[in-house]
Amino acid sequence: MAVIKRLFILLAWFVQPLYAAVLPDERIDVMYHGYDGGGAEIDGPSILVRKNIGASVSVAANYYVDMVSSASIDVQATASPYSEERKESGLSGQYLIDRSTLKFGYTQSTENDYDATTYSFGIDQSFFGDLTTLGFGVSFGEDIVGQNTDPTYKRDLQRRKYSVNASQIITKNLLASFSFDSMTDQCLNLTDEQSCLNNPYRSVRYLTSSGNYAYQSERYPHTRNSDALGVRAIYYLPYRASLRGEVRKFSDNWGIDAENAELRYLHPYGERFLFEVKYRVYNQTAADFYSDLFPFLNAQNFLARDKELSPFSSTTVGLGVTYKIPPGTIPWFNKSTANFYWDHFNIDYDNFRDARVSPEEYGAGQEPLYSLQADVIRLYFSFWF
Amino acid sequence: MMLRLFAVLSLACLVTACSQVKPWVKPYERQNIADEIMSFERDPVADSYLHHVYDAREAARGGDGASGGGCGCN
Repeated sequence: MAVIKRLFILLAWFVQPLYAAVLPDERIDVMYHGYDGGGAEIDGPSILVRKNIGASVSVAANYYVDMVSSASIDVQATASPYSEERKESGLSGQYLIDRSTLKFGYTQSTENDYDATTYSFGIDQSFFGDLTTLGFGVSFGEDIVGQNTDPTYKRDLQRRKYSVNASQIITKNLLASFSFDSMTDQCLNLTDEQSCLNNPYRSVRYLTSSGNYAYQSERYPHTRNSDALGVRAIYYLPYRASLRGEVRKFSDNWGIDAENAELRYLHPYGERFLFEVKYRVYNQTAADFYSDLFPFLNAQNFLARDKELSPFSSTTVGLGVTYKIPPGTIPWFNKSTANFYWDHFNIDYDNFRDARVSPEEYGAGQEPLYSLQADVIRLYFSFWF
Repeated sequence: MMLRLFAVLSLACLVTACSQVKPWVKPYERQNIADEIMSFERDPVADSYLHHVYDAREAARGGDGASGGGCGCN
C-alpha cells in the first residue's frame, strides 16, 4: 500500500489543471429490478434523486430494496426455502472546487442477518484542457454478520477499498478509461474456528467411510485481499452509434484469477429510441480451499463449497431500449425517458456438482455438473429537471 | 502482477504529465464525445444494479469504475 500512496502523491503533484469540471445532471430515477434464476427470485425498487445546491454542490439520495425468495441449490441441498428483504439507503455529495471534484458517500444496508455501513471519499481532477480526468478514492466499511438460527452469532467484518481511476479523450471519436481497485476484507476478534467471510448457513461435503457423503460447516480465512484492473473504451462509429469494449483482470490472495470482456453496441433510431445490444464473457479459477467434495471430515484448515468460489465460465447477452418521452408530456421535467433492459446469464460450473440428485442413482462425486440460467430485468423511468 | 500493470499505466500518466502536452482534441471538436451514446455511466441506478448482480454471482470485484457498499452477498 505504501507504493500506491506514493503514486497518489506523485500523480497529484504533476496534475496541472486547465479547465473547470462540471456537476452531474439533476435527475430522478425510479427503477424496478428483477432477477430470476437458479431457484432464486429477487426483485424490488430503486430510487435515486440528485439535486444541485448552488453552482458547486451536488447531493444525491438513493433507496434500494431487494426482496428475496430463495430456493437456490445451496438451500435445497441443506436448508429450507426462505424469504427476506434487504434495504439499502445511500447519501452522496460532490463539491466542485475549480478544476477538482471532491466526493463523499455514505451507504447503509440492512437485512435480518447482515448489516453493512460504508463511508467513501474521493477526488477527481481534470487537466490537459479536460482531455484527462484522474481520480482516486477510498472507502471504509464496517459489517456485522449474523445468523437467524443463532441470536448469539455475531461477526465483525472490516472492509477497505482504494481506487485509482482515469479517463482520457483519445481522439474526437474515442474515449477510454481505466480503473484500479485494491480491496481488503478483515474479520475482527474471531477465534481460529470462526469465519466471517462466508455465508454462515452454507456447508461443505465430505466423503464418509461408507462411500456416501456428509456435511460440515464451511471455514474461511479471516482476510481477503484482491486487486482488479479494468480498461474500457467507447468509439463513436462513422454514423451515429457507438461501440463500447471492456476488459478486466482480477486476482486475490485466495488463489482466484478472473477475467471478463464485454462488447456493447448502442444505436439510436429516429429521435426517440436508443437500442442496446451487449455480449459479455467471464471466467474464473477456484479458490485454493474450494472443493466440491472433500476426502474426509476436516480435510484441511479452510473449507469452502461456495459455487462463486469454484471454477466457472459464464456468458451474458443483453438487449435494451430507451424511449425519450416527448417534452411537455410530463410536466416539470425538461427531459424524460422510459427504459427496459433485459440480460440473460448462462453460467457453467466446472467443479460444482448438483447434489440434489438421488444418491442411489449417482455416487458421491459423480453427480452431474451444475449450470445456472438467470434473467435480469431493469425497467426504469428517468426525469431530468 | 496486477500492481505491476497498474504501476506501468501510472508511469505512462506521469511521463505524459511531465511533457508540455497541449489539448489535441479542441473543445469545438468534442460534439461526438459529448453525445449521450458516449457515456460510460449513462443511467447510474441501472448501471449500479447490474454491478451488484455481477458482484453477487462472481468472485471478482472492483476494477469496474463503480462505487458501492457491502451487500451481504456472501
